Amino acid sequence: MHRSLKEEASRDARSHERAEPSSEFGVASSRVDVRGTQTTVTAASAASPRIASGEEHPSNSPLSIHDMTVAYHRKPVLWDVDFDAPEGRLIGIVGPNGAGKSTLLKAVLELVPKASGRVTIYGAPYRRQRRLVGYVPQRESVDWDFPVSALDVVAMGTYARIGWLRPVTRKYRDAALAALSRVGMADYADRQISQLSGGQQQRVFLARALVQDAKVYLMDEPFAGVDAATEKAIVRILHDLRDAGRTVLAVHHDLQTVPEYFDHVMLLNMRIVASGPTRDVFTRENLQKTYGGRLTLLEQAAHAMARGIANSE
Amino acid sequence: MNWSSYDTWIVLTGALCAGACALPGTFLILRRMSMMGDAISHAVLPGLAAAFMLTGSRGSWVMFAGAAVVGVLTALFTQWVNRLGKVEESAAMGVVFTALFALGLVMLVQAADDVDLDPGCVLYGSLELAPLDARLFFGTRVPRAALMLGAVFLVNLVLVIAFYKELRISSFDPELSTTLGIPAGMLHYGLMTMVAVTTVAAFESVGSILVIAMLIVPAASARLLTDRLWLTLALAVVLGAGGAALGHVGAIVVPSWFGFADTSTAGMMAVAAGAIFALCLLAGPRHGLVSRVVHRLGLALRIAREDILGLLYRLEEAGDLRRARAGEVASLMRSAIGGGRAVTRIALADLRRRGRVTLRSGELRLTPLGREDARKLVRSHRLWETYVARHFALPPDHLHPSAGRTEHYLSRDMRRAIEDEADLPKRDPHGAPIPERTNEPS
Repeated sequence: MHRSLKEEASRDARSHERAEPSSEFGVASSRVDVRGTQTTVTAASAASPRIASGEEHPSNSPLSIHDMTVAYHRKPVLWDVDFDAPEGRLIGIVGPNGAGKSTLLKAVLELVPKASGRVTIYGAPYRRQRRLVGYVPQRESVDWDFPVSALDVVAMGTYARIGWLRPVTRKYRDAALAALSRVGMADYADRQISQLSGGQQQRVFLARALVQDAKVYLMDEPFAGVDAATEKAIVRILHDLRDAGRTVLAVHHDLQTVPEYFDHVMLLNMRIVASGPTRDVFTRENLQKTYGGRLTLLEQAAHAMARGIANSE
Repeated sequence: MNWSSYDTWIVLTGALCAGACALPGTFLILRRMSMMGDAISHAVLPGLAAAFMLTGSRGSWVMFAGAAVVGVLTALFTQWVNRLGKVEESAAMGVVFTALFALGLVMLVQAADDVDLDPGCVLYGSLELAPLDARLFFGTRVPRAALMLGAVFLVNLVLVIAFYKELRISSFDPELSTTLGIPAGMLHYGLMTMVAVTTVAAFESVGSILVIAMLIVPAASARLLTDRLWLTLALAVVLGAGGAALGHVGAIVVPSWFGFADTSTAGMMAVAAGAIFALCLLAGPRHGLVSRVVHRLGLALRIAREDILGLLYRLEEAGDLRRARAGEVASLMRSAIGGGRAVTRIALADLRRRGRVTLRSGELRLTPLGREDARKLVRSHRLWETYVARHFALPPDHLHPSAGRTEHYLSRDMRRAIEDEADLPKRDPHGAPIPERTNEPS
């Protein structure tokens, strides 16, 4: 029965893809919903080899995640994530602490290993499309006492373009300075980064992502611990990016501002609870499902897998 | 002091050693893994011993290869013990490097009993003997150790310059580095190899314990002096070399003060490096203790000056100028603000010198300039009281101490912001008039 539902959903997805490409996201999310209960998670992926080939994913999607499971020490922290990002949208990733939001981004970027699954960027594996993806890590992930200036940090966004063993030339420093001005930080270019406030540091990170000139941006809590002015500046830049056809996935914590900031939302708690246009998906019911405690069975299964205990019954 | 070319070679060898160590050392410090330098410098020993046992020679290249392999293994083992054994990282490092070092020691005692690769030399080095083992190099007799350390220094310098950008990003933000196609893991092991090779080259000269001083101390000193990466690297090399020179001179000179013959040069070099670090700690421009103390004192003096002006302004306001006598003000300062007698006296002299206050027949008077400054301060004080009264749930008698602390730090814009927010208040919560805004510069 699950299998037929699943097939129905993916048939549906393909037909929509032809008729109305922009709505394929919503349908894709309903496919996720179908499998969102823990009983179907493994059943669905095991049941249909055709789906395992991933052919239902549109090749033009900026980011397609196909049946990705991420585990630390064999203990799954993210289960069977299946997701297609619609192009040119701001997508909020929302969920409680420990839901696997950062892990999702890091697994896409191959910073943590995937237990299974596949990620494509515009139809090709991430490794071949690195240049198209920009990453804004959590602000706390780096040492802000490091002896570099704000401009130095932003210029790091150009290193992939510069290539190995070549110095950062004037051209790239100018690009970095332009990105700093875009976030309103041109006056702070020569400051040592420890002398910047939290909001200013976050803007430097954002400028570094801008200078990468990527098509897909993955941002880990860009709004965490920033002042009101910075929050506004970031929102403005996100809107600019969207208007330029860029796709942004951002981990977000403040539920109140989700409908205001994001067109689409992915509700995450060890699995995708729901995803789609904010107005459809960001409902009280879905939020309750996301935040109302973890799925006990999922946790038990994860623990059993971590310990390597098979259930013989 | 009796200086010969022998001493010059010792200093040069030590300086090259320090320079070679300072380059990877700076990155160890910036990656907050200084102890990894410690670990690797000890753990390369079995690599050296194994290379010696296999080939029976002390040929430099074999030693380098053995050390490099074990150096990288140390980093790998540490990571495995840390991850697989779920042992905390510093503990994992402790387990790995002591085990490897002990293994190396055992191998050495077994295999190399009769050669000069003895445990004592491994621990303390033999820099003093370096000039004895010299080779012909472009017509000059150059100590073998100096040639080797010079080569390692040059290689390190070229690598750091070539991979400057890659080392910088992978040290600062390894995750972003990896997503940009600059694999942080690879650079990590590259750096560990550099540390291992450098350590081996430095081994014979300064030994496995003092090499840590050369890896870490000059880099830590340089870090106190600047906030620029390239300057940190350059200063680390310079300070390291300076420490080496100072150390050798010290080894000859200092013991004679106490009636002893000269002492271990390598040991004295490490002591000199420590002394240079202490100096940087005291005199560093931004992080230095001296500059911090000077800044504090300047601040205390400014606060005392402003407090005196505020006091005189309030006395004037109350028409109570009888009390504005120098002695009275000092005692008022003590009771009202808690300023010390010495600070008050210096601040008062300072105010007279700056033309803020005049002292005539024992009475203090504000000059027009002084009155303007005082107005600003009292304005800050009373505006802050208004602000706190509006936003904090505090009884009125708690407002004064808060304003007394904050008044010295409010800028013109902050004062105006408070004023605008409170709809241009005329009086503070206690009913005292708030001086009006003027075209004050700032």
